[in-house]
Amino acid sequence: MKSHSLLSSLNPSTEPDTLASHERAEIDASTRFPVLLFFGSAIFWLVVGSVLGLISAWKMTHPSLLDGAAWLTFGRLRPAHLNAVIYGWASAAGIGVGIWLMARLCRVVLLHSKLLITAAVFWNLGVLVGILGILAGDSRSIEWLEFPGYATPILFVAYAFISIWTIIMFRYRRPGHVYVSQWYLFAAFLWFPWLYATANILLIWQPIQGSAQGAVNWWFAHNVLGLWFTPIGLASAYYMIPKVIGRPIHSYYLSILGFWSLALFYSWNGMHHLIGGPFPAWMVSASVVASIMMFIPVITVAINHHMTMRGHFEALKWSPTLRFTVFGAMTYTLVSLQGSSMAIPSWNTFIHFTDHTIGHAHLGLYGFFTMIMFGAMYYIIPRLVGWEWPSATMIRWHFWLAATGILLMVGSLTIGGILQGLAFYDPIATFRTSLEYATPFRIVRGISGFVLLAAHVIFAILFTQMILKIGQKREGPALFAKAETKEAVTV
Amino acid sequence: MNKLPLIFLGVFLTFASSWIGLVAYPYLSLGKMQPLPDEETGGYLPPAQSGLAVAGQKAYAANGCVYCHSQQVRLAPLSTDIAKGLGPRQTVARDYIREQPAFLGTMRTGPDLSNIGVRQPDANWHHKHLYEPKTVTDWSVMPSFRYLYKMQKIQGQPSDDAVKGLSGPHAPAPGYEVVPTEEAKALVAYLISLKRNFPLPESPEPPAK
Repeated sequence: MKSHSLLSSLNPSTEPDTLASHERAEIDASTRFPVLLFFGSAIFWLVVGSVLGLISAWKMTHPSLLDGAAWLTFGRLRPAHLNAVIYGWASAAGIGVGIWLMARLCRVVLLHSKLLITAAVFWNLGVLVGILGILAGDSRSIEWLEFPGYATPILFVAYAFISIWTIIMFRYRRPGHVYVSQWYLFAAFLWFPWLYATANILLIWQPIQGSAQGAVNWWFAHNVLGLWFTPIGLASAYYMIPKVIGRPIHSYYLSILGFWSLALFYSWNGMHHLIGGPFPAWMVSASVVASIMMFIPVITVAINHHMTMRGHFEALKWSPTLRFTVFGAMTYTLVSLQGSSMAIPSWNTFIHFTDHTIGHAHLGLYGFFTMIMFGAMYYIIPRLVGWEWPSATMIRWHFWLAATGILLMVGSLTIGGILQGLAFYDPIATFRTSLEYATPFRIVRGISGFVLLAAHVIFAILFTQMILKIGQKREGPALFAKAETKEAVTV
Repeated sequence: MNKLPLIFLGVFLTFASSWIGLVAYPYLSLGKMQPLPDEETGGYLPPAQSGLAVAGQKAYAANGCVYCHSQQVRLAPLSTDIAKGLGPRQTVARDYIREQPAFLGTMRTGPDLSNIGVRQPDANWHHKHLYEPKTVTDWSVMPSFRYLYKMQKIQGQPSDDAVKGLSGPHAPAPGYEVVPTEEAKALVAYLISLKRNFPLPESPEPPAK
């Protein structure tokens, strides 16, 4: 029996769920096929995307590498990398985690799994057609929306199936409290189709005129991070942290504040990518203010997670799920505060148009979101396949390679970007200076790409072993160390 | 927060606010901007683009030039763009009304191209540069776009549009010549058309220091 504090008894919604274990197992089993389909394809695209990113990175310092063929040129490989990891990996992983969380938190077995299986097939078809389209030269070079007009409708069909399914799940959910993770998922699954439809209509199918495109472009691109990946990542962290350490979320009220301030401020952030650009000053100012106001949701969530974890940090020693999730949650605080600071115009002056922004983007999408997805997958997959992760050593390697790789990448680009920006700003420095400053850091980034690729290959091997149920059979879950807790141990 | 309709309403309204401000508003204002009559020439500002330059925008997009080259000149003190000669004035919304899409860019791995047509008006320079960037700038990290060119045997007289002055490992052997494809010609026509140096009332030239 768990002990209940007075606060948690007054606010039952601070606990993820209250299901009996056999019901949980039944719900988990019902999600097996669609969730594994999304996870499997996501991991495939993660490896493909890493290779595309790695080649692009080395081309920045060695332009003659693999040159001479149109489909291998930097200007096609880079968007192919971005779209492979955004739509192929991160979105599909997020959808998989979202489906599983939704079924658990609505406390009903997954209904109409055929909808989701169809969605997964269409989603991957859309990503494949889109990436081939970019490589073939059909990209319109609108960042985050490079997929040609013949690929995006396929993704949209996939998304429509997922939305219909979400509505059905919420309709049939078992009555009771709606947990904080569900707010975030509900919002994310509503915001994304709106975002994606608006951007596709106004930029790809019936393009609007002139610099208005820039505004819509960055409203879209920033919100894919802020209102799609971020809520899914936070939903997962809000579920996994209390689950693994076996205690409720610290404060229900902080959860509410964090959620609504994120909804209000994040959606206004996009124009900070275009400071000084051809727009009315108020649009850029509104985004700068909203970016700085992001302190509120970020600090709120940070306090809430930290206070929940307090006294339980030793669990990071043994739980892979928790280690990845807490790494991601801490990075969320870091990357968000960095993002707010980057929007301050006097600082933006030195980092605009530089590698610093690329470092920031990777810290957010990888350090925060991807790490949380890894953590969630380590928790979910054993419950779907009925098999424990075969090797704790490999999980440990996965974690340390991913953590070192991303810190090396972000660290080098962050510093290199500032130096590059100083050269841009100095009126007597030539363009060559900015390049010479950036180059050594770009080489370090190129090396970090190998480290991350190694991490992903290890994870792909682990996943394959799980699906095929090969490797060492275990009695209990794969932990880094012996769990020092009296409670029932979960990964 | 157990009432889904309430959550739905809040989620809808917060997002709708930014949709109105950052999507609907620019669509209705910036997106409906018209060119100004040019009293000197009887044309328009910004000037109409040639069909070839319009086709060149497709090549610019297809080959991802925008990932390394911005097209924005910004004012001091946010930048030193004007002092560094990227253009005589800030680029403003009207500069982009003929661009499809507007390649504002977010990176300067390569130099800004807002006024590349002013700095480099020579088509042969651009062809040489695209074919083998190092023949023009030996420290360049720009990739070669050789695939936009054809190497062919000279039949009688060399072609009029053959690229002149090539050197390096991919230079044509004696008796051969390098000619641009239609895509390369379009791309160069677009690059040469990039001149944001005409006067616009909403963007006065800042006084030189």
